[in-house]
Amino acid sequence: MHPASSSPDSATLSPQELSIHLRTMLLIRRFEERLDELFASGVIKGTSHLYAGQEAVATGVCSLLSHDDYITSTHRGHGHFLAKGGSAPALMAELFGKATGPSKGRGGSQHVADYAVGFLGSNGITAGGLPIATGAALAVQMRQQRETGNGKRETGNTNPRLPTSIPQQTACVASFFGEGGANQGTFHESLNMAAVWKLPILFICENNLYAMSTRLDEASSGPTIAARAAGYGIQGAVVDGTDFFAVRAAVEKAVERARCGDGPTLLEMHTYRYYGHSKSDKREYRTRAEEDDWRTRDCIEKLCAAIGLEAADFEAMDAEVMREVDEAVAFAQSSAEPEVEDWESVIYA
Amino acid sequence: MREIYYSWALREAMAEEMERDPNVFVLGEDIAEYGGAFKVTQGLVEKFGRARVRNTPISENTICGVGVGAAIVGMRPIVDIMFQDFITLAMDQIVNHAAKFHYMYGGQCRVPVVFRTPAGGGRCYGPTHSQSLEAWFMHVPGLKVVAPATAYDAKGLLKSAIRDDNPVIFVESKLLYGIKGQVPEPDADGGDYTVPIGEAKVTREGEHLTIIAYSRMTGEAERAADALAQNGITCDVVDLRTLAPLDADTIAASVEKTGRALIVCEDCKTAGVSAEIMARVTEECFDFLQAPPRRVAAADTPVPCADTLEKAALPDAQNIIDAATALIQQYS
Repeated sequence: MHPASSSPDSATLSPQELSIHLRTMLLIRRFEERLDELFASGVIKGTSHLYAGQEAVATGVCSLLSHDDYITSTHRGHGHFLAKGGSAPALMAELFGKATGPSKGRGGSQHVADYAVGFLGSNGITAGGLPIATGAALAVQMRQQRETGNGKRETGNTNPRLPTSIPQQTACVASFFGEGGANQGTFHESLNMAAVWKLPILFICENNLYAMSTRLDEASSGPTIAARAAGYGIQGAVVDGTDFFAVRAAVEKAVERARCGDGPTLLEMHTYRYYGHSKSDKREYRTRAEEDDWRTRDCIEKLCAAIGLEAADFEAMDAEVMREVDEAVAFAQSSAEPEVEDWESVIYA
Repeated sequence: MREIYYSWALREAMAEEMERDPNVFVLGEDIAEYGGAFKVTQGLVEKFGRARVRNTPISENTICGVGVGAAIVGMRPIVDIMFQDFITLAMDQIVNHAAKFHYMYGGQCRVPVVFRTPAGGGRCYGPTHSQSLEAWFMHVPGLKVVAPATAYDAKGLLKSAIRDDNPVIFVESKLLYGIKGQVPEPDADGGDYTVPIGEAKVTREGEHLTIIAYSRMTGEAERAADALAQNGITCDVVDLRTLAPLDADTIAASVEKTGRALIVCEDCKTAGVSAEIMARVTEECFDFLQAPPRRVAAADTPVPCADTLEKAALPDAQNIIDAATALIQQYS
């Protein structure tokens, strides 16, 4: 495999923008580290799947999307939620099972959404979000065709983080899933359907090497997941998912294709989750040496180095982020428990 | 009032709702020029084009998921599942996604999608093209399940389903497609009618027995009731029309009046729709019952292909007459 080379687009991102993205990655990292402690100490019940290690993927992808664009997520969705612009206190409240969570305590870690920012939901079913994203992309395409007759629409770019180089003609959709999810039938069905209909969608495969405990080469045939794109006649690429700039470079092209009506793209982001699959996972299927090796390519450290961030500036940012996480925990703790509802009145819309 | 086929009534409902709301569209296998396996969507593509009458690959799970994904961002898709048996391939997207999203995302989204699907036997299609699986969907909170018995209700209920903000499993009957019923002209007074989801209808009134049925079995129950009346046994026939949410009040009112209940369903007896109705009748009407509730349902077997075998496996009016007569004789 030949990961796309890192091409810092610091030319297209201002220092302020770079700082915002780094801060988002750091927020995800600190949020997940705190969650690990909260689960270990039994403060939070249930289970969760931590995103730490993969921050450059969610942040890089979402840095090129506006709130008019939609994403679908996975069981490991906290990072996607925060990167898309969801509120950290609200997410923490959901994890605490509180009424102030986006899902009012009904959904928990694997089932949160924030429709105001285009986050259509994390998902407890492996690769369950791919058809949903495909449907959202179909809706986007149909509305555009209805409004303009040719699929082009001026939406106006309301996101200050978006570079002006990307034509903001049409909304697009990004669907996150893992390399394990790529073996579900929905992967094939969704990529095929999206390709046939030339839908404005990005299929973002976060290849973190392990589907729970099952290693990629034990469960997946073919040279790469990205190589499967050829079978659908769409563009595919392997990307270094620890490199924020590499992620952005690949996504920028894919977003442009989607917005211009050129159809879907499959991007395989090579990445690594620092924690186990879920809280009960002792990680016996992989070596500490392998984990250490991936840590040397940490996406946050890489981005700090690439933009030449001073240690003092990093520490200041980190302290601010830690405070934000503290506040999220405080908000969650002080929030009300959900009231037991009259089920019949809430089951239907 | 004119008489039109059940299948035409469905088509009219879709066409009228597509005219009314640009967000309504149809997707499924072979539904465009081919018109669907049972010609229910015939003519729609000529009127609304291939974007809104959309042929799909054979990918039931993703077809249903695409319907859900389009629905949560503002469209009103009608998903056509060619045979109800094939809905098994889409259980994940219907059960874990369509049914859950509104509730589990804290009410942030609505899922206005209709899954139209023909159920039932009687055409010698054999075990994988003849099942009645609606009980499975009654078991899943968040879904509505509708199963009309007449052309009038087919049109009125499908329009309600399309306008509903929840996922609706719309159970059609292959044998009813070719049956005509009275449906008002669209431009006549009351032509733009809808039939509310969640309301059963008493289609025959009597004193001795309540026969509860839905979809194709309603007609069988009515034929049985008419025959029983010749022998002095008069029956209420309750056409459920909606299975979820169930109209328990109409069932209870009738059973409390007659004191006897016979539940007739085309699905298999074990853990079928009839089992739930029986439980409700027992729980809610026990003090009024003069006899144990009884069931007439399909045999607990795959639906066989050969005509003789299939007829033996599925209930009909004669089975209902026999069961009703025995029930009255035993507990008179």
